[in-house]
Amino acid sequence: MTVDSNNDLEKQIAEWRAYMRRRRELHQPDAEELEDHLRDRIAELTAAGLHSDEAFLIAVKRMGSLDELSREFAREHSERLWKQLVLTGDGDGTPTSRTRRELPTMIAFAVGAAVAFKVPVLFGVDFTDDNNGGFYLRNFGLFALAPLAAYFAWRRRVSTGVIGVLVALFALGAVAANAYPMAMDTQTIVLTMIHLPIALWLVVGVAYTGGEWRSDRRRMDFIRFTGEWFIYFVLIALGGGVLTAFTVGTFSAIGLNAETFVGQWLVPCGAMAGVVVAAWLVEAKQSVVENMAPVLTRVFTPLFTVTLLVLLGAIIWTSNGIDVERDVLIIFDLLLVVVLGLLLYAISARDPAAKPGVFDKLQLALVVTALVIDVLVLAAITGRITEFGFTANKTAALGENLVLLANLSWSAWLFLGFVRGRLPFGKMEHWQTRYLVVYAAWAWIVVLAFPPLFDFA
Amino acid sequence: MHITKDLVAASATPLVLGILAEGESYGYAILKQVNELSGGHLEWTDGLLYPLLHRLERLGHVEATWQTPAEGRRRKYYRITDQGLKELAEQRRQWAAVVDTLRGVWNAGASLRPIPAPAWGVTG
Repeated sequence: MTVDSNNDLEKQIAEWRAYMRRRRELHQPDAEELEDHLRDRIAELTAAGLHSDEAFLIAVKRMGSLDELSREFAREHSERLWKQLVLTGDGDGTPTSRTRRELPTMIAFAVGAAVAFKVPVLFGVDFTDDNNGGFYLRNFGLFALAPLAAYFAWRRRVSTGVIGVLVALFALGAVAANAYPMAMDTQTIVLTMIHLPIALWLVVGVAYTGGEWRSDRRRMDFIRFTGEWFIYFVLIALGGGVLTAFTVGTFSAIGLNAETFVGQWLVPCGAMAGVVVAAWLVEAKQSVVENMAPVLTRVFTPLFTVTLLVLLGAIIWTSNGIDVERDVLIIFDLLLVVVLGLLLYAISARDPAAKPGVFDKLQLALVVTALVIDVLVLAAITGRITEFGFTANKTAALGENLVLLANLSWSAWLFLGFVRGRLPFGKMEHWQTRYLVVYAAWAWIVVLAFPPLFDFA
Repeated sequence: MHITKDLVAASATPLVLGILAEGESYGYAILKQVNELSGGHLEWTDGLLYPLLHRLERLGHVEATWQTPAEGRRRKYYRITDQGLKELAEQRRQWAAVVDTLRGVWNAGASLRPIPAPAWGVTG
């Protein structure tokens, strides 16, 4: 091999490396690993008598198409850029024509969601009328999430089997919400109102994963999506609030009362459309914004850990136990849910191959503290139940705390193993993504079984 | 002989784990070994081995370290873990079952195949 051809080869490899570096799916160490492989292959081929440029071409070809390779890396490392994945349906298709149709289609779904919300008005079910308020309370989740699920079913081009599953589950939700004779002021209707959207959100997850809902990675993508969606939705809601304030203010300045329009059209229809628009934003943004949920997690994990530790210290110091007031118990439940969220989003953004660090220990402290608090809450709830007997609310609270307890304790165990270097991080990911099924099951149980179980009270 | 994509994909994990069970190795060497062991029939696209190795690493079946030999390039080596050995044993059991079944079917031959029993009174 001459010096010249050697230089040429280095130049070619450098070009190949630069080309590879443009792929965001491939990180520096992956590129290095692949380059090492390429060099081995070239060395073998030149040893067999090939010229270096021929060897280079063959080696690159044997490496496989960079598109396919990137896609495989993206599948494996979806935490890196899950938001830009084009893992819809068959994967290739005609991306340009679809991208062009994307915006109008999204708008169509958003408008559809907004209009659907007003359709019952045609049949005399107006949500401003107190007598009919129950209808919207029961069906709120269906109105908000059915268009979203439909949007994802379209986007992911899901199979007819998956569409069947989606339709069946939404129909089940509709039946559960409307067939039971629950009065407006009952606990069961409030529980349905809270749990049906959760159950249906996980059904949206089936559509989101394009039917690949058995895959851990796709489930994790859905968890990431949930966090980002929530942030976008809150931002849209804030913007909507500003718009509403201006609408009311400016119209009243010229002597027109816009409050009816705002209350009956702008706010409810805007909220329904916002559900779809937020989902589209999460999907469409092109690395303009980094994922927010993990960033917020990083900021709030230390703060929440400190707060929980202080709280725990205060409980022990005053030896009060947790006051058995109902509202207080709900606050504790919400707190535990937030902790779980912090845990999930820290996991979702973590490089699974990274070694355990300080942040992981902090996370472990957070989980363990939350676990202790959960046990205290459980003791308080059990106290209430033995004192006042089972009601729908207390049973739901008990169930939720047990569901959280199971998750937190196993998470703590896995985290401990991970921090001590005994368990791979993948175990934790697997546990959390599998656990989604438990949430779904529990939400459906509350929606379907609780009303008849507690006599629709 | 061309081996279909499905079969290649299905056999990839046990092959890689099996090779790593012999001792630590790196991507290119693993690929060469697969090629030799299969007499050249199992042809993988070179690059696709790496996402698989990363997956096994994430699942904890293998561990990876970057090593720099005295002379030569930095290179990523993979080593099988205890968990990976268990996984390998499990996959071996599954493959053995598949292979036994296939052998049973093929050895019987068309003429020797038992006539389907009637739907009633079937035992075993």
